[in-house]
Amino acid sequence: MCDCQNAYAELDAIILRHKDEPGGLMPVMQEAQNAYGALTMDIQQRIADGMGTTLSEVYGVATFYAQFALEKKGKHVISVCMGTACYVKGAQAVLDKLAEYLEIPVGSTTSDGQFTLQATRCLGACGLAPVMTVNDEVFGRVTPDQVAGILDKFQD
Amino acid sequence: MEYYRSHVLVCGGTGCTSSGSATLLKLLDEKLAEYGLEKEVKPIRTGCFGLCEAGPVVIVYPEGTFYSRVTPRDIDEIVSEHLLKGRVVKRLLHHAKQAETAVDLSLDEMPFYKHQTRVALRNCGVISPENIDEYLAFDGYKALEKCLLHMTPQEVTATVIASGLRGRGGGGFPTGIKWQLASKSESPVKYIICNADEGDPGAFMDRSVLEGDPHSVLEAMTIAGYAIGAHEGYIYVRAEYPIAVKRLEIAIEQAKGYGLLGENILESGFSFDIHIRLGAGAFVCGEETALMVSIEGRRGEPHPKPPFPAVKGLFDMPSNINNVETLANIPPIINKGPEWFRSMGTEKSPGTKVFALGGKINNTGLVEVPMGTPLRTVIYDIGGGIPGGKQFKAVQTGGPSGGCIPAELLDVPIEYDSLTAIGSMMGSGGMIVMDEDNCMVDIARFFLDFTVDESCGKCTPCRIGTKRMLEILDRIVSGKGEEGDIEKLEKLAETIKATALCGLGQTAPNPVLSTLRFFRHEYEAHIRDKKCPAHHCRALLEYVIGPDCRGCTACMKACPVGAITGEPKVVHHINPDKCIRCGACQTKCRFGAISRQ
Ligand SMILES: Cc1cc2nc3c(=O)[nH]c(=O)nc-3n(C[C@H](O)[C@H](O)[C@H](O)COP(=O)(O)O)c2cc1C
Ligand code: FES
Repeated sequence: MCDCQNAYAELDAIILRHKDEPGGLMPVMQEAQNAYGALTMDIQQRIADGMGTTLSEVYGVATFYAQFALEKKGKHVISVCMGTACYVKGAQAVLDKLAEYLEIPVGSTTSDGQFTLQATRCLGACGLAPVMTVNDEVFGRVTPDQVAGILDKFQD
Repeated sequence: MEYYRSHVLVCGGTGCTSSGSATLLKLLDEKLAEYGLEKEVKPIRTGCFGLCEAGPVVIVYPEGTFYSRVTPRDIDEIVSEHLLKGRVVKRLLHHAKQAETAVDLSLDEMPFYKHQTRVALRNCGVISPENIDEYLAFDGYKALEKCLLHMTPQEVTATVIASGLRGRGGGGFPTGIKWQLASKSESPVKYIICNADEGDPGAFMDRSVLEGDPHSVLEAMTIAGYAIGAHEGYIYVRAEYPIAVKRLEIAIEQAKGYGLLGENILESGFSFDIHIRLGAGAFVCGEETALMVSIEGRRGEPHPKPPFPAVKGLFDMPSNINNVETLANIPPIINKGPEWFRSMGTEKSPGTKVFALGGKINNTGLVEVPMGTPLRTVIYDIGGGIPGGKQFKAVQTGGPSGGCIPAELLDVPIEYDSLTAIGSMMGSGGMIVMDEDNCMVDIARFFLDFTVDESCGKCTPCRIGTKRMLEILDRIVSGKGEEGDIEKLEKLAETIKATALCGLGQTAPNPVLSTLRFFRHEYEAHIRDKKCPAHHCRALLEYVIGPDCRGCTACMKACPVGAITGEPKVVHHINPDKCIRCGACQTKCRFGAISRQ
């Protein structure tokens, strides 16, 4: 038997906080994702029930916005900025190198669950272009041959 | 307030935070305590100074000494030499590093700042954004007081109309007129919305205002609320901007604590409250109708106008939406008057505009110049030109909705109308410089890739039309372009422009059209000669080893596919059929013998 009561205690608290707020669905989904790492179908269903709406409505919102993840990401999330400033300074080569090094396509997670590789929009650190982040750490003026060294720090 | 003889300003903007300014502040605190200076010298974490290239930036006042690229190892010297003994650390001066002249230029004298006029950025890098007292000391909330206690809502609107301020979010619509429209809608509930979604990739003007001067946005929103008769406001911020969100939260809290926000502000009887909403990564949500739907918690799809937001906006109530930078201009306009504002810029575009200067340029960062300034001044005098002795090719303004401007047009003044006339647009203020190594077809492809990804899918021209354009561009850059492709692109572009539902689709073809207009020969070279003139497009280039090769074998070892052959001390050779054009050999070659052709 699952321990659903406990597992969803935090989610229920989040829902309660925003239930009566106009336009409260997005904040609920954002906080739920922060708490649980991803908006799985179970979580979406519970949000729909709690907010008095349908699963299709919640799913529609979840799939519209790039930041909602339906599946859990890897332990370390690598994001390469593909904003214009970074692109003209060679971000594509950095991204290609990462994909080659990790042997996964962009937008996926390594089979050991260590790294997720993704391209993101401008991070607002264009002065340091090209920019990549691993989790919350920012690396600026990255060249393709630095990639392996950067990831080594995070590999365990 | 306590008195300090020196203030040390450490940039806490996103760029400098990324390059480690938080560590510097911590160290500074420690060192000041160690030398017993903590009662005399006060470190302040400010917003962005603009010159992100030089980050992390540290400025010591009252002298105005500008230290750049400061590392943790430098802090001890700054404290023990400069702050304790009054001796400037010459080797850390920004100028010493740039021009090898160890002169101590203050901020106003540096070429980067000399040509700038800071209105929207007036407090960025000057005050601590997390301390309302500092904002108050710089005339903060004075404009609000003037409006609430001495002006009628009509007078406030009239002042903004008279200033000629136009929306800085891209459209350039006169702000005062927009306020007037919203004020005329009869309704007990209205909303003020601040558009802080800043979607243009490569632009961070709004972010810097929010991070460096959040109170100016709150003050302006409250003034706008008073002018149109709204009592509630929403700030819609990109989720990618955590520092901005945190500072806004702090600012709202502090303003409420001082009675400058909330119930019965300054005992005037006027009440106004502000909520923060986070975006979730959808570019189209920067479009005003989509943004409002997103605040309502739904899929952020735009809808046709009319009805305009001023009539039927958020939660179906009359709403007024303004961009962050637009709002940041409001308090000084109220304080100093519309004539002062009109004294800057041009007849049709008064005031200043902030640009995020990036790409192939020496001084990347934020600049604010009077409207009408020629692009050349921004790129050469402020931006310091192109690095590495490379040739300037184009500057892109207006992001995915804008276009590329070639060297011949660099003397065009920066204005809404003049930029539109040459097929680009002002946009929100991204300004990306490209040099001879950038392929213009590839840049057009890059922007189209962006719009295809961000198209919400509601209307067919944008959903399918941009996709077809991207397919053609993909074909061209991979060497499979066909005669007639250019004409197909033009036809699609015109159709999409004419029929798409919202600004996203209507402007999506602009990067293609403007590059076709000024760099048509690059398209033709790709299609007819199967060559990329910039030697950028992988499928169309060849790596060749020239006579400078010393035969050191470094490239041979670097090549992942064994495409390079040769004996030690003899010029090597690359087999083009095996080569995967990864460029590994070129990065390894110490003699510059490998070139792309
Ligand atoms: C696709 C698209 C994206 C937009 N993105 C932004 C944005 O990121 N920030 C912004 O302030 N305005 C953006 N706008 C413009 C807004 O729709 C709106 O005109 C603006 O917020 C109005 O404020 P202003 O009059 O102060 O400029 C965008 C428009 C379109 C069509
Ligand atoms: S474009 Fe990469 S940080 Fe802005």
